[in-house]
Amino acid sequence: MTPTFTRRTLSAAGLAAAALVLAGPVSADTYPQRPITMVVPFAAGGPTDIVARLVAEQMSRSLGQQVVIENVSGAGGTTGITRASQASPDGYTIMMGHMGTHGAAPALFKGLKYDPAKSFDPIGLAAGTPIVIVAKKDFPAADLKAFVAAVKDGGPKVNQAHAGVGSVSHSTGILFDSIISAKPTLVVYRGTGPALNDLMAGQVDFMTDQIVNVATQITGGTIKAYAIATPERSPALPDVPTTKEAGLPGYEVSAWNAVFAPKGLPQDVAKKLQDSLAQALADAGTKKRILDLGGTVPSAAEQGPKALQALVESEVARWTPVLRAAAESGQ
Amino acid sequence: MTDLLANLGLGFSVALTFQNLGLCFLGCLVGTLIGVLPGVGPIATIAMLLPITFGLDPVGALIMLAGIYYGAQYGGSTTAILVNIPGEATSVITTLDGHQMARQGRAGIALGIAAMGSFFAGTVATLLIAALGAPLTGLAMIFGPAEYFALMVMGLVFAVVLARGSVLKAVAMILVGILLASVGTDLETGQERMTFGLNFLADGVDFSVLAMGLFGVAEILRNLDQTETREVVRQQIGRLLPGRAELKQAAPSVLRGTAIGSILGILPGNGAVLGPFASYAIEKRLAKDPSRFGHGAIEGVAGPESANNAGSQTSFIPLLTLGIPPNAVMALMVGAMTIHGIIPGPGVMTKNPNLFWGMIASMWIGNLMLLIINLPLVGLWVRLLKVPYRLMFPAILMFCSIGIYSINSLPTDVMFIAFFGVVGYALIKLGFEPAPLLLGFVLGRLMEEYLRRSLTLSRGDPMVFFERPVTAVLLLISVAMLALALTPKLRKSRDEVFTEA
Repeated sequence: MTPTFTRRTLSAAGLAAAALVLAGPVSADTYPQRPITMVVPFAAGGPTDIVARLVAEQMSRSLGQQVVIENVSGAGGTTGITRASQASPDGYTIMMGHMGTHGAAPALFKGLKYDPAKSFDPIGLAAGTPIVIVAKKDFPAADLKAFVAAVKDGGPKVNQAHAGVGSVSHSTGILFDSIISAKPTLVVYRGTGPALNDLMAGQVDFMTDQIVNVATQITGGTIKAYAIATPERSPALPDVPTTKEAGLPGYEVSAWNAVFAPKGLPQDVAKKLQDSLAQALADAGTKKRILDLGGTVPSAAEQGPKALQALVESEVARWTPVLRAAAESGQ
Repeated sequence: MTDLLANLGLGFSVALTFQNLGLCFLGCLVGTLIGVLPGVGPIATIAMLLPITFGLDPVGALIMLAGIYYGAQYGGSTTAILVNIPGEATSVITTLDGHQMARQGRAGIALGIAAMGSFFAGTVATLLIAALGAPLTGLAMIFGPAEYFALMVMGLVFAVVLARGSVLKAVAMILVGILLASVGTDLETGQERMTFGLNFLADGVDFSVLAMGLFGVAEILRNLDQTETREVVRQQIGRLLPGRAELKQAAPSVLRGTAIGSILGILPGNGAVLGPFASYAIEKRLAKDPSRFGHGAIEGVAGPESANNAGSQTSFIPLLTLGIPPNAVMALMVGAMTIHGIIPGPGVMTKNPNLFWGMIASMWIGNLMLLIINLPLVGLWVRLLKVPYRLMFPAILMFCSIGIYSINSLPTDVMFIAFFGVVGYALIKLGFEPAPLLLGFVLGRLMEEYLRRSLTLSRGDPMVFFERPVTAVLLLISVAMLALALTPKLRKSRDEVFTEA
């Protein structure tokens, strides 16, 4: 993020504060008057929860009210998002959505009670988590090309792990299989931890997952990485080539996290939340923490509500055919 | 050896700073308190306290959070003994004899032996982590899905052995437990099973909901039903701490429990859950007079409690050395570490020796603190039993409701404890034990998962369970134990002994 952007946000916040003093007690101008709940649709401690907590801490400062995290997990995150989408759009309930809840969910969950593109007022993109293709440490292939060939040739003999229907490793894994047109056997785990354990032990051959979950295992040498699915290499894993460099440019995917509010937010409340989020991400400490985890902080152009709305629409369009096709072929 | 001493020295130099000692104490105290409150578990507490730790340095923050975790294990036993509510799967067993002891006016002794056994187990487990943490992770790698499946089968056989009532009823309860565990979204296909179109069942039945209903609420209903016995419990308080004879009686159980718990705790696939069950089953097998079990046998508290605490300590091994969280609390610890910029994994020990050894040293200090906090509190807890029941039961119900609501913020969870409470009451009236049901529930879900995973990996070939040595041995033990339990002679004496007149 550029320094000018930081200054601009700060001055915007300053103006907002000045407006607040001048305007007196008009309801929207006095927002927020009580703590704000940020629904995180996953268990505490996971990658989305961590991003949410880092961002919420900073947002609490600029909003002058605590942003409290409420973990409501279940059904690939759709339980929490459904509930938050039905809250009153007063700015006191917001949520941390992600690639699954606002991209893959419509294809995976039939009776979904919200529409990622229509039921929300987007606040802004918070962080991207690059996806890494990892395999057991003694997988014979030397590079991504050889690996892709091995997975294709192996067919059902190759075991691919994922962390359950609706998880990031599930949808990104299926996308990988569909791009290279391979049909490995899917081995399902309840969460990333046990899946990684079996990958380290060599029980399964490979998986695709968020960098936060696999980075230390890769640097520790207990599993190996073939490529990272981002346009640029990650500072957390400088030796891992991008999919483009390694010869699979079609596989570019990130488990992004973004803040949404229920549809119908008053405009000035939305503005305050957008500014507060932008300010949180401009904070050097927060930024560093997200980068240290291997995450990416969106640029100013990618960050705002319009860009987020466009991202959600493009993600739904991208995941729906891939996941529906996989479901029909029995994966 | 010199390495170990140097490392422990480093650890203690970190853990013994004024700030870290304070944080350790705070964590243990908070942990004990929330452990005692039914329902409010370590997961909810750690999640709530996470933001407060932002201002602390990572080592201090993690020492405090770890203190909450094992403090809650201690506190959980207190609730299990006093009011028959197991806070976690691992304290289900403690209710069997611990609560019986409380009903006989020996609550203080039960609490005392639980605290002392836990301290001993904690000390041994800490040493084990320090000395063998790294090499032991190899064990985690030997255990694949097939091995875990065999382990879970063995666990279910334990459930038959430890049941108090008739074998038939115990088996029936286990099967109901397994059936309940299969409610919810199917892991592999994402299809909903037995949810009857109800949204809140999509993620299955929550363990705490089931445990609190079947044990806590059902116990209250039963007590309201029999006011006289309740009064007897109130009047007999008895000695507060175990005497020499009782310590001597419990010592071997503590040793065995510690060994079993430590080994099972190392397994990242939730092996620690089995520790107390295995310990109880073994104590009952070894006892000269197994009929005392279920009626307030001190070994039935000492062994499982030691196993429980040893397991909760050694379950830090997969977390610290592999970065694999073996249970939900540990997964939260991973999150806490990550937020503080330390991602647990194979590199932690070399990259952050301060953190690694500091935490290990603080575990032992924390165990000592828990003993110091808990022994004087025993008197206080026991006096709680003197509170008139008309005041106590609404309080228990209120804490259960608040606690369960705080976990998922779902009103349906609160309604469900009422539902399972009525079910539990009916089961007690009909002579069915809730403990095997709960064990079946806990193990059923894991067992199904491991079974299907092993078969996926073997492409449907069941020989996978016999070809691998560890699996074959575990399954053989299970068959042998089941055969023993079903032998006519044994069964006859068993039925005589266990079916309550």
